[in-house]
Amino acid sequence: MSVGFVMLCHTALDRAAEVARHWAERDCPVVIHVDARVKAPAYDGLVRALGDLGNVRFSGRYACEWGTWGIVAATQEASSVMLKAFPEVRHVYLASGSCLPLRPVEELVAYLDSRPRVDFIESVTTQDVGWTVGGLNVERFTLRFPFSWRKHRALFDGYVRLQRRVGFRRRVPSGLVPHLGSQWWCLTRRTLSAILDNPERGEIDRYFRKVWIPDESYFQTMVRKFSTSVESRSLTLSKFDYQGKPHIFYDDHLQLLRRSDCFVARKMWPQADKLYDTFLLGKGAGQVAAEPNPGKIDRLFSKAVERRTKGRTGLYMQSRFPNKQWGHGRTAAPYSVFEGFSEVFENFEAWLGKVAGTRAHGHLFAPDRVEFAGGETVFSGALSDSAALRDYAPKNFLSNLIWNTRGERQCFQFGPNDVQDCSEMLAGDPNAQISVISGAWSIPLFHSNQNFGDIRREAARLQKIESDHLAILRSHNAKARIRIWTLAEFVENPMEPLQSIVDEISPRSLRRLTEAPTLTDLKGFGQFLQNLRNQGMQPVLMGDFPAGETVPTALRRGRPYLVK
Amino acid sequence: MSILGAIKLRARRRRAHWRAFRKRRELAVVQDRTRKMAGDAVILLSTLRNEKIRLPFFLRYYRDLGVEHFLLVDNDSDDGSREYLAAQPDVSLWSAKASYKGSRFGVDWLTWLQRRYCHGHWCLTVDVDEFFVYPFCETRPLRALTDWLDASEVRSFAAMMLDMYPKGSIHAHPYQEGQNPFEIAQWFDSGNYTIHRNGGYGNLWIQGGPRARVFFGDNPEMAPALNKVPLVKWHRSYAYVSSTHMLLPRGLNLVYDEAGGEKASGCLLHAKFLDTFADKAAEEMARGQHYGASTEYRAYQESLAKHPDMWCKFSEKYINWRQLEILGLMSKGNWA
Repeated sequence: MSVGFVMLCHTALDRAAEVARHWAERDCPVVIHVDARVKAPAYDGLVRALGDLGNVRFSGRYACEWGTWGIVAATQEASSVMLKAFPEVRHVYLASGSCLPLRPVEELVAYLDSRPRVDFIESVTTQDVGWTVGGLNVERFTLRFPFSWRKHRALFDGYVRLQRRVGFRRRVPSGLVPHLGSQWWCLTRRTLSAILDNPERGEIDRYFRKVWIPDESYFQTMVRKFSTSVESRSLTLSKFDYQGKPHIFYDDHLQLLRRSDCFVARKMWPQADKLYDTFLLGKGAGQVAAEPNPGKIDRLFSKAVERRTKGRTGLYMQSRFPNKQWGHGRTAAPYSVFEGFSEVFENFEAWLGKVAGTRAHGHLFAPDRVEFAGGETVFSGALSDSAALRDYAPKNFLSNLIWNTRGERQCFQFGPNDVQDCSEMLAGDPNAQISVISGAWSIPLFHSNQNFGDIRREAARLQKIESDHLAILRSHNAKARIRIWTLAEFVENPMEPLQSIVDEISPRSLRRLTEAPTLTDLKGFGQFLQNLRNQGMQPVLMGDFPAGETVPTALRRGRPYLVK
Repeated sequence: MSILGAIKLRARRRRAHWRAFRKRRELAVVQDRTRKMAGDAVILLSTLRNEKIRLPFFLRYYRDLGVEHFLLVDNDSDDGSREYLAAQPDVSLWSAKASYKGSRFGVDWLTWLQRRYCHGHWCLTVDVDEFFVYPFCETRPLRALTDWLDASEVRSFAAMMLDMYPKGSIHAHPYQEGQNPFEIAQWFDSGNYTIHRNGGYGNLWIQGGPRARVFFGDNPEMAPALNKVPLVKWHRSYAYVSSTHMLLPRGLNLVYDEAGGEKASGCLLHAKFLDTFADKAAEEMARGQHYGASTEYRAYQESLAKHPDMWCKFSEKYINWRQLEILGLMSKGNWA
């Protein structure tokens, strides 16, 4: 017999009784401390429930408010009882009322027997601690904390700030190097008695009484003074969430806990019947002499914390609605916006879909309806093609589309004829790849059969809209990958820009484009622009298009020249 | 929030309590078993009218989740709902003959019951066609969720309404008493929801889903709200303002994270679109007792005459809560 358990209990005393009985019946003495705030009937019930066991003791009761000295006082008191009443105990294991042994106690005994001098206690210097809540680590030892963190947070924070400003510092008693770590330890009689019988204990206790959360630092610091062999890890599996609250285990964690090979875990949900039945009553002796391996559980819980603090990028839903200023990605995945391409090329969307292997939509923000790829009336996630529904919340529409199609890149056309509400969102989204051929909107006008006066008016309107849009794209807030060519620039050499865009869309298929889209017929376009000028309008966005009948070389052929 | 705004909201909350106090006379006790209620019981509250056919499954579903007591208001049923409910051992029943609209669609009556019986309890306020789904609901009872919320110092829990619908006409498979409605209405829209922030109350205003897609394609502002906060650790000073979409004090509406993280949330599977719906729509039109002068029901009736199929090829078939979490309709938050 070499290990005794000290249990700190405050709720779910019936479960604590079951665990205490489990240990006591297997010849491990148990000393129980019950929080002084627990009412007498409940306490008496616990004492009665364990009355038949000779190796269970109860120690003097302290009020154990979180983060206060009471917990350490309770631990000291219960440990003293343990050392005095059970002289054969070599290791003392500190556990809570919501702990549950996962492996047969014989395996723990054997494990400790082969390490008779080792103290298992997580003990880390304050500089190396990254997990403290509230950002206080060294200051836990050098400031005063007269106000409760839970009940009077504002006073607590204010008083900390005041002390920092005034430059107040408490002196750490000489010979002590502050260490922090998990509250749950397993110490040898030698170390524990040295801590408890230390002649300077009075002074040290007085100091720690005013340290914040002393249960995570008192033994962790003292052990460095007295122990010859510290193994800095806890034998108790216990994980904390981002608020510093312990994660709770439920019935559906059974397999995970089984495979962890840890000796003891906390914290159990009191009504997790299956866990208690399996681990307390079940005989299933585990794999012999396996080292504790909480890796899987670590991952599960760290993923949960990440979900709570970072969330899934690009998701907008009932419990995740990021503020604009937080600068997280606005959409879930990269996508491409093409402006002017379907005017310059014939059948551009079909070509794009084929070459880049993506979903190539038409004008998603067309004024009459959403032009989903393939003329669909509904799309992924049951998005409707109704323009009214889209325009009710255009940003939601876009983020929904990108979220719903995770794993498949989306491309769509955009232009001055479309609803412009999402301009700023597009420009500010690092996931957007925006390629613009400015002034390309004039090509359909050039081909149209309207009165020239109407064409002129329409051209002026579209040019105004596109200028505003380009100003947004060029503003310093723009985070998208933006490329802008004038129409003249583009038709001079269309393949190079196309190649670089497609390479960016599907980087893995780095190969030359073998099939080029067909350029639309621009014969006489220069004259058309000149006519607009003659009518008093100034078409600027197309760039320097040669007036008259001279057409750039590339345009005379049906298809642009391909470098193979 | 300005001081004036805060004063206004406080006045609104007071008014809600005052209304509830006056409307208490409209409630007649049919069966009061509240004395049997444990001090920490999880309570379900609901108002209903002529829902006998739904009740057996409804009660079974929530008993299985771990609801310990039902506080129900029967609004003048004549189909045997009242007698059926009065005979249930865990139901306390009141009957109200007065106007549903006059009591702000049942909210006044429930506010009174909440003030009277629910202080300090976790309360789930749902309609009889809403079925609460939360993370791990197959393996962890409601009590596990409320314990965790207590430990995390969270007072309210969001669950968006998810409209479920069958494939084909809603008349093709008549609903049988006691049947799981989601054997028929198996489908839902996974990603066409819109979110607006509601400044004054701080809640999110969620619309969309099949109702917006099929019935409100031309008129999206009128599409019904889907955001709900049905699970609340009740305090007698609280009050629901508009159905369970939002409540006061407004801190309770902050069920979402604004820094990019995800808070835990659930869904209310909404079994409205069954064959019972056509009759209900006709009845509600005649009574004119629903929200927005029953415009919602008028839209339904007009569309229903054309026998629409709400199903489309991008509809999702319901499997379980994990599916909803992966689709991003709800979240585990940091509950693991």
